[in-house]
Amino acid sequence: MSVWHSLRDWLNDRLEWDDLIEPLRKKAVPLHGLSYWYFLGGITLFLFVIQVLTGILLLLYYRPGANEAFESVQYIMTQVQFGWLIRSVHSWSANLMVFTAFAHMFSVLFLKAYRKPRELTWVSGVVLLFLVMGFGFSGYLLPWNTLAFFATKVGTDIAGQVPLIGKPLMIFLRGGEEVTGATLTRFFGFHVAVLPGIATLLILLHVLLVQRLGISVPPKLEVEWNANPAMKREMKFFPNFMLRELMAWYVALGVLGALAAIFPWNLGVKADPFVPAPAGIKPEWYFLFMFQTLKMIPSKIWFIDGEVLGVLAFGVIGLVWLLLPFFESEDPSRTKRWITGLAIFALTYVAGMSVYGHLAK
Amino acid sequence: MAGKDPGTTDTGNQFSAPVPRRRVVEALLGSGFLATAVAFFYPVLRYLVPPQESDLGGDSVVAGRVGELKPNSGKIFRFGQHPGLLIRTAGGEYRAMSATCTHLSCTVQYRDDLHEVWCACHNGMYDLNGRNVSGPPPRPLESFEVQVRGEEIYVRRRREA
Repeated sequence: MSVWHSLRDWLNDRLEWDDLIEPLRKKAVPLHGLSYWYFLGGITLFLFVIQVLTGILLLLYYRPGANEAFESVQYIMTQVQFGWLIRSVHSWSANLMVFTAFAHMFSVLFLKAYRKPRELTWVSGVVLLFLVMGFGFSGYLLPWNTLAFFATKVGTDIAGQVPLIGKPLMIFLRGGEEVTGATLTRFFGFHVAVLPGIATLLILLHVLLVQRLGISVPPKLEVEWNANPAMKREMKFFPNFMLRELMAWYVALGVLGALAAIFPWNLGVKADPFVPAPAGIKPEWYFLFMFQTLKMIPSKIWFIDGEVLGVLAFGVIGLVWLLLPFFESEDPSRTKRWITGLAIFALTYVAGMSVYGHLAK
Repeated sequence: MAGKDPGTTDTGNQFSAPVPRRRVVEALLGSGFLATAVAFFYPVLRYLVPPQESDLGGDSVVAGRVGELKPNSGKIFRFGQHPGLLIRTAGGEYRAMSATCTHLSCTVQYRDDLHEVWCACHNGMYDLNGRNVSGPPPRPLESFEVQVRGEEIYVRRRREA
């Protein structure tokens, strides 16, 4: 008997191991023309794991603080062996993760996978997407460069526009009235402790829900398969789909490694609170659509400040987005067309405004 | 008494009205827990609010020296914790104002090609008196008083009349 078998028997004697993995064996993935989209959630999870691992490595040399942060990242990139690669992988993986998370969300939206009984899977997923953006925003400041400094000023000022709680929220985020070293220390804490803790719990919940509820079938196909069960096609999750997912991760790793090595991430210029914002300053690409919108809103609409209105509008949209499944019909043959319309509009708006924001002066 | 649920009423004994007694115990326990929670969370919440920093430097600072700025140029100076903008107009006159954009608090700069104050973040424009003239800024920049004393250019907050 091999070592593996005796280990399995040993575990089985004590934990009834086979019972634990039984649900995984029963799980099946629906097969149809759009099955490839099912890979995206898993790829996002894989990139999150890469973030945790490279993040821990960066922590070995990174020092938070206005007088040390920039220099410590510079040290990582120039003195530490392969430091440039670890940091580049962390930055690239962050950006790819934001991209795959957005792609995963839109695929779930268009395949209508958020319908009953998966409302909570959607809600936990949208919260995770907000957390991913929080990771991006807090991590962006950590190298303490000029672009990050002004991005943080603008971002925290946007939080400050929220009526009633805005000012205290801004002071809480900044650790004072202005963006200073105190802000950096706070963001460091959010980025490496608070957000990872919450995100890990939510990912567990999200994956557990996927496991419990099985994988959704697009409504049209669901109606067809219900009418004619002989048409139903599935693939076993374990090991068939999982091995394909692992191949997708392998490809993602290849893309990530190539991007990180061929286009190493820049460090920029050290932040100085007493220089003007440089011309052509822009946030990271995933905030561009909001940035461009805020840029185009006039200073006053009726008697309200334009940016207050913009911030409130984004807040309301975020809330509607979170609760989208609760507006959907339970009957797969009568799904709401306006939700699909909204999804197409949202995708067009986000993509269009991002491109416009990228090209605009 | 055997087999009797300890929480039920013994109607023969007027002193053991058990429902109120249980309520009292629950209320005591509940308020105890509540007090403990408050005792835990109040310090934590207060801890999250950063201490107020005294704005060192007071109401008046030296923003620059005479001769440092050419006509039609500007520089950022420190006003306590905040950045300020000192401008020497094309006519040689000094102007000073807060350099924090009233839109989303980026740091503004003087544009010698436009003779205006510009915020690079969202393309906001102010005139030389700090009035918001175009783009998203909702309010003017706070303008400061400038005094030239000897070689030094002093900037101070305007006193309310």
